[in-house]
Amino acid sequence: MTDKDMRFDYLLRLGDNSLILGQRLAEWCGHAPMLEEDLALTNIGLDLLGQARMFLSYAGEVEGKGRDEDRLAYFRDTKDWRNLLLLEQPNGDFAKTMARQFFFDAFQYLQFEGLAKSSDDRLAGIAAKSLKEITYHRRHSADWIIRLGDGTDESHERIQGAIDDLWGYLPEMFDMDAVDDAMLADGFGVDVAALRPVWDDYVNGVLAEATLIRPADSWSVRGSREGKHSEHLGYLLAEMQFLPRAYPDAKW
Amino acid sequence: MNIETKSELPLYEVFIRSKNGLDHKHVGSLHASDAEMALTNARDVYTRRGEGVSIWVVKSTDIVASSPEDRGSFYEPSDDKLYRHPTFFELPDEVGHL
Amino acid sequence: MDVIDQEHDELETAFQAKVEAEQRIEPKDWMPEKYRQTLIRQMSQHAHSEIVGMLPEGNWLTRAPSLKRKTILMAKIQDEGGHGLYLYSATETLGISRDEMFEQLHSGKAKYSSIFNYPTLNWADIGAIGWLVDGAAITNQIALCRCSYGPYARAMIRICKEESFHQRQGYDIMMTMAQGTKEQREMAQDALNRWWWPTLMMFGPNDANSANSAQSMKWRIKRQSNDDLRQKFVDATVPQAEFLGLTIPDDKLAWNDVRGHYDFGEIDWEEFKAVVKGNGLCNRERLQARVDAHDGGKWVRDAALAYAAKKADRKAKAA
Repeated sequence: MTDKDMRFDYLLRLGDNSLILGQRLAEWCGHAPMLEEDLALTNIGLDLLGQARMFLSYAGEVEGKGRDEDRLAYFRDTKDWRNLLLLEQPNGDFAKTMARQFFFDAFQYLQFEGLAKSSDDRLAGIAAKSLKEITYHRRHSADWIIRLGDGTDESHERIQGAIDDLWGYLPEMFDMDAVDDAMLADGFGVDVAALRPVWDDYVNGVLAEATLIRPADSWSVRGSREGKHSEHLGYLLAEMQFLPRAYPDAKW
Repeated sequence: MNIETKSELPLYEVFIRSKNGLDHKHVGSLHASDAEMALTNARDVYTRRGEGVSIWVVKSTDIVASSPEDRGSFYEPSDDKLYRHPTFFELPDEVGHL
Repeated sequence: MDVIDQEHDELETAFQAKVEAEQRIEPKDWMPEKYRQTLIRQMSQHAHSEIVGMLPEGNWLTRAPSLKRKTILMAKIQDEGGHGLYLYSATETLGISRDEMFEQLHSGKAKYSSIFNYPTLNWADIGAIGWLVDGAAITNQIALCRCSYGPYARAMIRICKEESFHQRQGYDIMMTMAQGTKEQREMAQDALNRWWWPTLMMFGPNDANSANSAQSMKWRIKRQSNDDLRQKFVDATVPQAEFLGLTIPDDKLAWNDVRGHYDFGEIDWEEFKAVVKGNGLCNRERLQARVDAHDGGKWVRDAALAYAAKKADRKAKAA
């Protein structure tokens, strides 16, 4: 892999994370537990889509093969997607959606704090802008984790169940592979492995306030960075990519 | 602890300062379980186009309002106190701006 | 005539004089009970229409054909949720809770605009909804910005301001489709064919058959007649369709020099009644989606309330 290839791959990871989670949040539109929450979820979705567009446009430029944000979003198949497994998991109920969001918000906040100091001005700029959005996302999801955890018996059970179900997708977030190492070495990227203790502290604090139990680290799955995904991603892509794939000559 | 919660989330009134130097202005209401949620909901509902730099939320039941029947006794007595308005006083032009 | 009746008549006369002097009625002011009830019905129906209206467009949000279109559509649907919220909020000043309004919607007692019982079958439908359905809604809403009830008028002003981009985004999609490939032009024409007549129905029955219109006009919670607004919409829209090179599905449509307006064919009121009665393609799904969201979200709202109560309790104990 050349340095250019690695930068491209690295930017795809960032863009794909935002896009896939944004797409999942779009599924909630009109179906949230209360109207106010519908507006909150779409605000977060809009932020994520905005991030995705900036990263994918940048990735396309780095790659230099004339692929723009839409070419990258609509004409890649499962094996070429680089989003975290966590983010492609189905919405489930509101507890599962919030647990997924909370784990990612807590991670993305730290990751972007680091990226805002990237040696690459453009990447640093996108990260700094997004960090303001993520600060709010994290506040929103942490509030919900606490409300659901320390709410009723039913909500406690649901959110604890969601956390247990998603726990094994989390270790992957902190993996460093060859691309991460190289990007870290030239000041482009961040050391996500080093974020783990800070993430743990923050998450543990919220879980404790929510009277929730941190699951034991018993299982974990990984592979998204080599294009190994859960089966859910294929369906998400089939739905998302349908129109441009069915009418490849059309402009929209 | 299980609380009988048939009732809906309480109503909050929302006031927004659109920019520094202006008063907070009432923009509407929303439902939230507590003040923190009311504040974040207000941000999501009422500032989608950058309408605000500061938000107040107040539980609707905490607002004490005058009633229309008070209109006479509350506001009309000030109608005849014209001396409270600067235009009441006539000054010779030579005095200039005062 | 006894004293109470006389007092009531005086209040009503003063109320009507205030309305005619274009002064706004505010929540705590005296108002005739029928005025209050009519407003609750009209405003809650309007609010329900906004949130049910999120569903047909939400149907294409996950399939929007570019990231830009997806973003714009998401912002637009979000606005509709916001507008529903403004309207519920304004209606609540009349002494009805949002939950009561939801109950009326879910039980079928309250209506919503029956345009949303039509399905969105291709991407151009999203264009047609923005262009036609929002266009018709805006025509109605601009008239309501001067409505006699203060909170309603203020909500409408806010909504009209925010909606100005909605119709443009719809027309922008239609332009792109109409200038696109053969398949895209076909989608655009198909969308116009399906949405044109239901859009005209949105303005309500012809004036001659509109039972409540006269009273609502007198109260100034309706400022222009159904037929006048419909005519205004047709006059504005026909040239827009011509510019797109699309054909409006009405062979009676023609410019009338004498009237200075377009003449157009008769609306199929039987279809209108059938859809209102529940025979539209999506009536059941739309309502079920709202019921599911509300009932399915109850445990979330309960949790939030329970947490707030615990927190307040702890605070009280600590003090």
